[in-house]
Amino acid sequence: MTSGNASSVGTLKVKRGLAEMLKGGVIMDVVNAEQAKIAEDAGACAVMALERVPADIRRDGGVARMSDPEMIEGIKSVVRIPVMAKARIGHFVEAQILEALGVDFVDESEVLTPADETHHIDKFAFTVPFVCGATNLGEALRRISEGACMIRSKGEAGTGNIVEAVRHLRSILGDIRKITQADSAELFQWAKTLQAPLPLVQEIAETGKLPVPIFCAGGIATPADAALAMQLGAEAVFVGSGIFKSDDPAPRARAIVEATTHFRDAHVLAKVSRGLGAPMTGIAMDEINGTQRFAERGW
Amino acid sequence: MNGVVGVLALQGAFAAHCEKLAALDVECIEVRTTEDLGKVTALVMPGGESSTMSHLLVSSGLFDVIDERIADGMAVFGTCAGMILLASDIADGRDDQRSFSALDISVRRNAYGRQVDSFETDLATPFGDVHGVFIRAPRIERIGKSVEVLGSHDGDPVLVRQGRVLAASFHPELNEDERLHRFFVEEIVMKEQE
Repeated sequence: MTSGNASSVGTLKVKRGLAEMLKGGVIMDVVNAEQAKIAEDAGACAVMALERVPADIRRDGGVARMSDPEMIEGIKSVVRIPVMAKARIGHFVEAQILEALGVDFVDESEVLTPADETHHIDKFAFTVPFVCGATNLGEALRRISEGACMIRSKGEAGTGNIVEAVRHLRSILGDIRKITQADSAELFQWAKTLQAPLPLVQEIAETGKLPVPIFCAGGIATPADAALAMQLGAEAVFVGSGIFKSDDPAPRARAIVEATTHFRDAHVLAKVSRGLGAPMTGIAMDEINGTQRFAERGW
Repeated sequence: MNGVVGVLALQGAFAAHCEKLAALDVECIEVRTTEDLGKVTALVMPGGESSTMSHLLVSSGLFDVIDERIADGMAVFGTCAGMILLASDIADGRDDQRSFSALDISVRRNAYGRQVDSFETDLATPFGDVHGVFIRAPRIERIGKSVEVLGSHDGDPVLVRQGRVLAASFHPELNEDERLHRFFVEEIVMKEQE
């Protein structure tokens, strides 16, 4: 940085900084202004504005794209917390539009239909920060090397089933733990196996953590699911279909916020889990065939 | 030093503050409950979402207990959302958003703009130049007579102190620089109450 009064926007520090501010919080998927208010009232630290929650995208099929700017602006106008929105993988023009709309974070998301089957967006080219999904450490490091400022474990969105989120979190955080035990020669092999840049692997060996925050997404439906993700090492959670596809969204949203903060306190978890009505029904993984698995999108 | 500094860990960038305090060899714990608060002699309120923290302060029962402790002279350091929680007046907040009124200032939430307007810059302070990272930052629009301004940006105060309360509209916890945390610990926490 230069001295004097020169100020800079869109730096890595400023972009990663917002991810830092969202830690310990719940980011909720909302499809209209009314849901956005319910989310903010419940204590959400941010909302994800989208036209259909993943469960509906899964049900409807077809091509899922960036949401209508009018709908995103409607949500931005009713809440004070940060507003995120999704662009298709590789669709840098959708991302440019979202940046022009002034959204606070862009999710380059596998929940939408990918626009590019080889390349992700060059996220360094943007002032707005990006979050990307990952199923394993290699994928997470490739996204960070493209400029992602937050990683979310993908899980399997729209299922209400936590099993894939647990698999992905364990894979990412387990490999980080192994890398901290590796000697310097073994780090070259790790970089090769993970198909990830060596400097990032070396940085993890030294710090024992990703250079950006890691949040959990994809399948959280109950306060216990949120606390499980946090105890496994996630630093915050995304809840998509889990809130507004349940019987009674507002109390469930509040309970998931409490559970994410007090994730190690089983007494609080027992208290907030009471009387929430039915969670979303959910889908078992063997009911979804290969092409319907969102987590497999991204390269 | 004797005593433990707590970092309010309901939501936000509490981990970064803990790292800063640990680097100064200060014993630090995360505060989520009234029991946690009972173990600390001073409290840091981090950045994050002030309305989320306000909500969780009330549901955890921490709000009233922290309020009493501040009235009894507990040293407090608030950054960004933490500063909003300490302010006497909040503009552009939620109607139900609460604050401790421990600092006689008026703040406007997100007044520097949305995330695409977030910025970093150098600030002149009594400790020398400090690098300020401003993220969807609140702007101080009024300060009371008893509030001391330690740093400004474009004419607006961004680092202020009133007795045992220190607050910044930026994020010293995101820098490789421990001076502001050291100042809080050595000059406010460790100093006897008047």
